[in-house]
Amino acid sequence: MDKIKLTIDNTLVEVEKGTTVLEAAKLTGVDIPTLCYLKLEDTAFENTPGGCRMCVVEVEGRRNLAPSCKTQCEDGMFVSTHTPRVVNARRTVMELILSDHPFECLVCTKSGKCDLQSLAQDLGIREIHYQGEKSTYKGDESPGIIREPEKCIMCRRCETACNDVQTVGTLSALYRGFGSVVAPAFEMDLDHSSCTFCGQCVAVCPTGALIERDNTWKVMEAIMNPKKTVIVQTAPAVRAALGEEFGYEAGTLVTGKMVSALRKIGFDYVFDTDFAADLTIMEEGTELLERLNKHLQGDKNVKLPMLTSCCPGWVNFFEYHFPDMLDIPSTAKSPQQMFGAIAKSYFAEKMNIDRKDLVVVSVMPCLAKKFEAARPEFAVDGDPDVNVSITTRELAQMIKSANLNFDALKDDDFDRPLGESSGAGVIFGSTGGVIEAAVRTAYELHTGKTLEKVDFNELRGFEGIRSATIDFDGLPINIGIAHGLGNARTLLEEIRAGKSQFHAIEIMACPGGCIGGGGQPYHHGDVSILKKRQIAIYQEDAGKPIRKSHENPYIQNLYKEYLGAPCSEKSHELLHTNYFAKKKKIEIE
Amino acid sequence: MAHIKLAQNKVAELKEVCKKFNNDKGELINVLHAAQSLFGYLPAEVQEVVANELNVSIAHVHGVVSFYSFFTMIPKGKYPISICMGTACYVRGAEKVLNEFKKLLDIKVGETTPDGVFSLNSLRCVGACGLAPVVTVGEKVHGRVAVEDVKSIIEEYKNDKE
Repeated sequence: MDKIKLTIDNTLVEVEKGTTVLEAAKLTGVDIPTLCYLKLEDTAFENTPGGCRMCVVEVEGRRNLAPSCKTQCEDGMFVSTHTPRVVNARRTVMELILSDHPFECLVCTKSGKCDLQSLAQDLGIREIHYQGEKSTYKGDESPGIIREPEKCIMCRRCETACNDVQTVGTLSALYRGFGSVVAPAFEMDLDHSSCTFCGQCVAVCPTGALIERDNTWKVMEAIMNPKKTVIVQTAPAVRAALGEEFGYEAGTLVTGKMVSALRKIGFDYVFDTDFAADLTIMEEGTELLERLNKHLQGDKNVKLPMLTSCCPGWVNFFEYHFPDMLDIPSTAKSPQQMFGAIAKSYFAEKMNIDRKDLVVVSVMPCLAKKFEAARPEFAVDGDPDVNVSITTRELAQMIKSANLNFDALKDDDFDRPLGESSGAGVIFGSTGGVIEAAVRTAYELHTGKTLEKVDFNELRGFEGIRSATIDFDGLPINIGIAHGLGNARTLLEEIRAGKSQFHAIEIMACPGGCIGGGGQPYHHGDVSILKKRQIAIYQEDAGKPIRKSHENPYIQNLYKEYLGAPCSEKSHELLHTNYFAKKKKIEIE
Repeated sequence: MAHIKLAQNKVAELKEVCKKFNNDKGELINVLHAAQSLFGYLPAEVQEVVANELNVSIAHVHGVVSFYSFFTMIPKGKYPISICMGTACYVRGAEKVLNEFKKLLDIKVGETTPDGVFSLNSLRCVGACGLAPVVTVGEKVHGRVAVEDVKSIIEEYKNDKE
């Protein structure tokens, strides 16, 4: 590789040819402010439109300031990153952006976490010298995501997430000039579009233009209603990220404090989605073995590979983009919905509570879970199995609103019976975790032997598409893993073309799996945060006395008392679902 | 906007156009040009067909359609009215004439009356500056149009409902 020498702020730097000034500056410890620019290392996310002009620098010999994110280093270049001219230009850029931005910071969901706000503060903007018309657009309040285009600064990060990374194709810049807006085609609501509600647009939005639907007040209303028994389930990825909202280092497990906080907020029972994850493994693992055995017996009609179905963003994706392949994913419901179904049948009956008086709240790292909870097929006589779904961020908000000192909270345990889980249930939160959990159980069910080594390191990692062959006592099982919907599409197209060699594939819509979900604390472009959460998840698994779903005694009991066996008639009624081709006719108001 | 059912033969024709361009997403603008000359405008349904054929997202197609002013999603009226806003016409009062059309037809520039009879547009110079201000209705040119003439021009075409 060719090396180039240049000077940045009087420091001589040597970089490889093709390095941008922004990247070179970072290597020397100089942090140039950016706004539209965002690169997520080790993922396909790269947004460098060079549009906002916040990262301009002075390059000796050039008349104009250069956008450092778009300027490649040249030999002998002399760059200054914070001359008065540069600072003045950045301030002007910021004032111009703010001149068409609502001044709602005090009541904006994003306040305190907003890249635009913090940059404006860093630049010390106290007055806007440019007055003029402000743009107004049609907003959108879907069940999962709310769009407030007035707060959009046209950085295009959401478009990159939606189109390049997720290949969902919902968002595009529309119109031109002052009237331009990032929106679904014809500014239709997300609800009617191809949107999967994966929330990756929300995860990268630098402002409050894309945010989650806030359901916290719905939860409080339920808790305040004396007629209602309110129970909560928490997804595995939440405990590995919630601490970040309270200043903890990324990757700090706060399971016990989280349980304690939920109890103090006023939930009657604090349960764990991990319990339902174990249940999912029983159903999905059994389904996989059934399909495998049929395949081995020469049944040509059996559909392989089997795809996991826990991720609602992924379910929305294949329903819209692969409507011809609806019979390939497992019919098992997601853990959130299995929990809801069991809570409102088994648990309600056990406790002698009318299901209509039982409110099931879920805390999820996810925005698509809000959409999933509202699906009509997951309700009985109009009463949803999961009443309200909130995100990790919303839970943090509730804890702050309740004025709880998170740091001082003692570690508490989940309630029984729906709060007990194995380590296999925990790793659902990371890419590769669901399939590893399934392998732990399916191996023992298939071979009748005890699995000595439960850690399958070959299934772990952060690469977008991974594969491994697991030896089921002489029977090689080919496993594929994809996270990020663009990677999922690659595997799906292989299957469609009849080229897939896999028996089972795990797919998660978000980078890193649920730990990188659209409802998690904002990572602000730092992928190492996701990796630390991933480590935390496996750490929680390693510390569990039970590591295999089928060894969870409360799961065994549930089958004995209520369901019979995995994939039994009762299981099918409560724990399995159907998929629907979703391509809708364009609807315009 | 109401739902529009595209005639099957026209849809087939549109698909042929896409095929002529090898269903290449790089040819999107050319395909849209052809589609607009086929339908007269580009309703959402036409854009949907194009998106499917070229395997691009419908949002991307609408992004392109809404960016270029040549493309329109509104069907032109039976009598498309254009007011020249070129320099000569402008200084001789074209803007007042345009405003009168807007007022009497109750539509904005770029829109079509609900009955589909008139649509309103402005353009730059039709090469008849000696007749400024100029208004064209379809192929016909009206010269030296005064604000007071607007009403009778509209009446002339309104009554011409053969």
